[in-house]
Amino acid sequence: MIKILVAVKRVLDFNLRVRLKPDGSGVDLANAKMSMNPFDEIAVEEAIRLKEKGVAGECVAVSIGPLANQETLRTALALGMDRGILITTDEEWEPLNVAKILKKTVEKESPQLVILGKQSIDGDHNQTGQMLAEILNWPQATCVSELKWQEEECLLTREIDTGLEVLAVKPPFIMTVDLRLNQPRYATLPNIMRAKQKPLSIEPLLNLNNSLTPRIKRLKVEPPPPRNSVKMLKTVEELVRHLKQEAKVI
Amino acid sequence: MRTLVLASHDNHKILPASLSAMTAALNFSKTFDVWVMGQFRQGVIETLQHAPCVSQVFAWETADVVSPSQLAHAIRDFRVSYDVFMAPADYFGKDFMPRIAASLDVTQISDITKIISHDTFVRPIYAGNAFLTVQALDRVKVLTIRPSAFPPLVLEKGERKTQLQKITPSLQPDRVRFVERKLDTSERPELTSAKIVVSGGRGLKSKANFALIGELASKLNAAIGASRAAVDEGFIPNDCQVGQTGKVVAPQLYIAVGISGAIQHLAGMKDSKVIVAINQDPNAPIFQVADYGMVGDLFEIVPALCKALPNKT
Ligand SMILES: Cc1cc2nc3c(=O)[nH]c(=O)nc-3n(C[C@H](O)[C@H](O)[C@H](O)COP(=O)(O)OP(=O)(O)OC[C@H]3O[C@@H](n4cnc5c(N)ncnc54)[C@H](O)[C@@H]3O)c2cc1C
Repeated sequence: MIKILVAVKRVLDFNLRVRLKPDGSGVDLANAKMSMNPFDEIAVEEAIRLKEKGVAGECVAVSIGPLANQETLRTALALGMDRGILITTDEEWEPLNVAKILKKTVEKESPQLVILGKQSIDGDHNQTGQMLAEILNWPQATCVSELKWQEEECLLTREIDTGLEVLAVKPPFIMTVDLRLNQPRYATLPNIMRAKQKPLSIEPLLNLNNSLTPRIKRLKVEPPPPRNSVKMLKTVEELVRHLKQEAKVI
Repeated sequence: MRTLVLASHDNHKILPASLSAMTAALNFSKTFDVWVMGQFRQGVIETLQHAPCVSQVFAWETADVVSPSQLAHAIRDFRVSYDVFMAPADYFGKDFMPRIAASLDVTQISDITKIISHDTFVRPIYAGNAFLTVQALDRVKVLTIRPSAFPPLVLEKGERKTQLQKITPSLQPDRVRFVERKLDTSERPELTSAKIVVSGGRGLKSKANFALIGELASKLNAAIGASRAAVDEGFIPNDCQVGQTGKVVAPQLYIAVGISGAIQHLAGMKDSKVIVAINQDPNAPIFQVADYGMVGDLFEIVPALCKALPNKT
C-alpha cells in the first residue's frame, strides 16, 4: 500500500465577499470565516478514496501557516486523513518557498503520491505543485480530473484548454487536482469527534541557512475597476437595437 | 533585456495567447527571441522569421511530447541566458512555467494583467476581486500573462528574415508518458479569442436544451462558453468553462444565459466589453456586472432573440 501526502491551505471561505483594507495593504481577513481551499478538499477526498479502495495506507495532511491552521488540519482528519503536520510560520510565503518547505516534508515522509489543489482561491497562482515536482525532480500531472491507480503506471486524465489529455505516470509523482475529479464528502459529527484524537504534530518552520528568502514584495492591493450599471430591457428587439446602435458590438 | 517567449502553436499557426505574450514582451525590449517546439508546418516559423520584433527563432522539432520537466531541463541547459521568460497563462504556460522558474530558482509572477515596470506587475487575486501590485525581486523574471489583457501581436512582414536556429536538446528520461489527447473538435471560434461569446448555465436544465446556446452562438458567429454547473451537469465539455478555474475571456460581447453570476464565474468574464444577462431572477448577481439585462424565461427569450437577429452574412 502506498503513502499519500496532501497539502492543504487555509483560505477565506469561497462563499464570502472579499473585503479590502482601506489602506490598500491587503485583504481584510479579520473575523472572516476561513475554510480549507476547495481544491484541497478535492485532494483530501481523492486520498481518502484511494485508502478506501485499499490502494493507500497512511494518508498524511500537511499545512503551512499560523497556529489557526490546526483547524484546517482537523477538518482533513475528520474527513479521513490519518495524521496532520502543521509547519508554523506567520510569514505569507510565495509558491516557490512553499514548495521548498513542502520538499522537506516529502523527504521526511517519503510518500509515493503527493496531492495538491491546482490553485488556491486566494493567490490564484497555480504554481506550487509544479515547483515542488521540479525541485524533487519528480514527474507531475496538473489539473487532473480522473485518476486510475495502477501500481506500475497510473493513468491520469487532465483538463486542458482544448479538451482532455491522458498521461501515464510512474510513482512517485505530484498530482494537482481540478474540480471534476470528485465530489468531496462532508465530515460527520462522530468523525469530527474522532478527529480530535488523531495525531497532529506542530513544528516551527526552520529557515536553515536562510534558504528561504522573500522573492516578491507586495506593493498594494486594489479593488477591480467598477462596471457601469445595468440597463434593463423588456424586449429582444430593444436588446438588438442597443447592441447595434449604442454598444456597436453586433 | 533579453527576453524569450515560449510560444505554443496548433501545428499551423502560433496561438493567439502566445501572440499576446509577445505583445507583453515588447514592454521589456524592442525585440525578443521565440522558442517553438513540437511538430509544426514551416509557416509557423516563417511568420516569426519575418517579423521585425523577433530577433531569433529557436525551433525544437520533435515528434515526442516534451514533458514540463524535460522542457525545464532544456531551458536550464540552454546556451543563451535570458533576463525574462514569458508565456501566456494558458494550459501550456500553467503547466511548465512554474517548473522553469523553480529550476532557475526564481519566483514566477502568474497571470499578469499589467506591466508597470521591468520588475513591477499587476495581477488579479481572489478570483479578480482584488488586484495586487507586486514587485519581483529576483534578477531573472519568469512571467505568465493573462492573454485577454494584452492584444495579440500582429506579426508584420519585414524585409529581413532571421536565421532559424534548430535546436535539439537531449530529452531527459521522465517517468511520465503521454498517452493521448481527446480534443474537442468544433468549428466554432475559439473561446478565448472570440469577439462574441454566448455562455449557458444550469438554467438550461439539460444537454438537449443547451442546443439553444449553440443556435444563438451560430447566429452571432460566437464561441460557446459555460458555467461550471453546466459543465458539471454534462451539458457541454470542460474546455468551455469560463471562470476563476476555467478560461478567462474578454470578448466585445458576452451573453450570459441562465447563469447566476457567482464570483468564480464573474472572474472569467467581467472584463468583457459589453455584457448581456438573461435570467429569470431579477436579483441574480450577474445583473451587477451586466450592461444590458433581460429578466424572464430564457426558453422564451433566447428563441425570440435568435429570430430578431439578422441572418449571418
Ligand atoms: C473552487 C471553486 C471554483 C469554481 N470555479 C468556477 C469557474 O471557473 N466557473 C464557474 O462558472 N463556476 C465556478 N465555480 C462554481 C460557482 O461557484 C457556481 O456554483 C457556478 O458558477 C454556478 O453556475 P450557474 O450560474 O450555471 O448555476 P446556478 O447558480 O444554479 O444558476 C442558474 C441560474 O439560472 C437561472 N435560471 C434558471 N432557469 C431559468 C430560466 N428558465 N430562464 C432564465 N433563467 C433561469 C436561475 O435564476 C439562476 O440564476 C467554482 C466554485 C468553486 C468552489
